[in-house]
Amino acid sequence: MKSKKLWSWLALAFGALYFALPLLGTLEFSLRARRGVYSLDAYRSVLADPQFRETFSYSVVMAIFTILVGALIVVPTAYWVRLKLPHWRPVVEFITLLPLVIPPIVIVFGYIRLYNTSSILPLTGTTTGTNLLLMLGYATLSLPYMYRAVDTGLRTIDVGTLTEAAQSLGAGWSTILARVILPNVLVAVLSGAFITFAIVIGEFVLASLLNRPAFGPYMQLTGANKAYEPAALAVIAFSITWICMGLIQLVTRFSKHTNAKR
Amino acid sequence: MASLEIEHLEKSFGANRVVKDFNLSIEEGEFISLLGPSGCGKTTVLRMVAGFESPSGGAIRIGGQDVTHLGANQRNIGMVFQAYALFPNLTVAQNVGFGLRVAKRPRAEIKARVTEMLELIGLPDLGNRYPFQLSGGQQQRVALARALAIQPRVLLLDEPLSALDAKIRVSLREEIRDIQRRLGITTIFVTHDQEEALSISDRVVVMNGGVAEQIGAPFEIYNQPKTRFVAQFVGTLNALEAEVADPERGALRVGSTEVILSEPVTAGQGTPVTLAARPEVLALGRREGNDTVFTGRIVETHFLGSILRVRMEVEGQLIALDTFNRPGNPPPKVGTEAEVSVASRDLLVLAD
Ligand SMILES: Nc1ncnc2c1ncn2[C@@H]1O[C@H](COP(=O)(O)OP(=O)(O)OP(=O)(O)O)[C@@H](O)[C@H]1O
Ligand SMILES: [Mg+2]
Repeated sequence: MKSKKLWSWLALAFGALYFALPLLGTLEFSLRARRGVYSLDAYRSVLADPQFRETFSYSVVMAIFTILVGALIVVPTAYWVRLKLPHWRPVVEFITLLPLVIPPIVIVFGYIRLYNTSSILPLTGTTTGTNLLLMLGYATLSLPYMYRAVDTGLRTIDVGTLTEAAQSLGAGWSTILARVILPNVLVAVLSGAFITFAIVIGEFVLASLLNRPAFGPYMQLTGANKAYEPAALAVIAFSITWICMGLIQLVTRFSKHTNAKR
Repeated sequence: MASLEIEHLEKSFGANRVVKDFNLSIEEGEFISLLGPSGCGKTTVLRMVAGFESPSGGAIRIGGQDVTHLGANQRNIGMVFQAYALFPNLTVAQNVGFGLRVAKRPRAEIKARVTEMLELIGLPDLGNRYPFQLSGGQQQRVALARALAIQPRVLLLDEPLSALDAKIRVSLREEIRDIQRRLGITTIFVTHDQEEALSISDRVVVMNGGVAEQIGAPFEIYNQPKTRFVAQFVGTLNALEAEVADPERGALRVGSTEVILSEPVTAGQGTPVTLAARPEVLALGRREGNDTVFTGRIVETHFLGSILRVRMEVEGQLIALDTFNRPGNPPPKVGTEAEVSVASRDLLVLAD
């Protein structure tokens, strides 16, 4: 019994080291920009770089649009599938998983072929068009997470009966979605949103091949040309992801009515 | 004019005919119960009236208007569900006011109406609570208030009490009936509990296999059941195998005992029939007015407080009878001989 416990602790410690050591190493290295002493010089230089600010805010804006569009597509779809097409759920779930199986590079080459300047819908011809394409690409990449989060949220409420209750009170479909369904899966949508945010901030392939000034390609560029700054950037990017995770936890815990449900 | 008319209503799921030629005409302010065993189609009928299910045939009219093909959100019908179905993200007051908000009524009117409704259901102080902070009985009251707030033309309740415990079930059903009477709202109440149906309804519809077997006042359903199913489903019934001895005289034979009914029998001599009697019309021992007497043996006695239930074997068949408790009359001993008497006009002859 005792030795079993010891082994579990050892396994846990090994796992923790495996994840933590590289991180600690990176953090330590990022602080060594000034010879002999620890300093925040690398961070200062990163934050002072106008390109950092431009690419970062570009990615944040893209993330926000991606989240809005993703939620707008996923919430009604997941709701409708649960309500009217329950036997189609496995199929829809499979489709939403595809972005995990198909590499982004394949997706982006597909996009470029389909929407190039000589196609019927020449999205890549204009900046706005390319931005739109990139955003839709991001929405595709985050689809597995968004769909799963929303679908799990829908599972905690009795979608069918609540819909009928609202209908008998005179509500139409848009009212039901906006006033009954969305508020009850808002926590799920938010956790999907944070994952989407983390994905968009770090994404490299789509942005790079569509040649947009996003944060991912900027990180890659810095990494290739500087010494300490990439480490600082990595730490910053990692913190953003962790803050997102923390926010998911917070939102889930502090929603007013959810702690009631079962 | 009837408030709600259902004509030749039909519903099939694939090849499964779930509701068959269902007809019902309900007067303004009437309280109707649909009573029947699980799977007999009660909910399906109710859902077609509400507009959640579209009929395979027939018509539904509310106040003369044909609503058969109208959307559920355009029928102005109040619905109360077994699982309460309150919106978990809204407070009690917001739940009650939901229908009025959807209808874009002025804010002051909504507020007044919500207050009025919460008073009606006896929960005037709980407006700011969330559904999860209420007991089941309170939640169902709120659901009732929410359904009534929109001043619906018809109120539908699908087994609203079956998730509650026995005591609240009885008090809440009285309360629902009381509110219904005060508002004079036409109501259909679905239940599989016969006591519930008999105690609060103006009329009861007994359903079996998608068919309305009998529609009538509770007294009529209980005392003059038209079919064997109704007789057996509603209340407890003693059934004795009998044989027609003389159709003209109304004479039947139960084992060695002859029973003379008050009316002639339509079946021919020698036909097996079932003679039925409610436990409470049977008396232990002879009693004035009881012209039929059986002799039997006491098998079991159950003392239920105000009622003493006795099981006896009569002519080789088991029957149960109920007598009121009287302090001077202790229960008879098991195994002893006893007589049972009954008035022949209280006996039912059930054709098979
Ligand atoms: N959506 C559906 N698809 C297929 N069959 C259905 C559907 N809804 C109901 N049925 C069938 O119709 C029959 C009647 O169902 P219904 O729910 O009306 O019964 P009920 O009288 O309300 O029973 P209970 O007392 O159990 O609620 C059942 O045999 C049921 O299996
Ligand atoms: Mg039912």
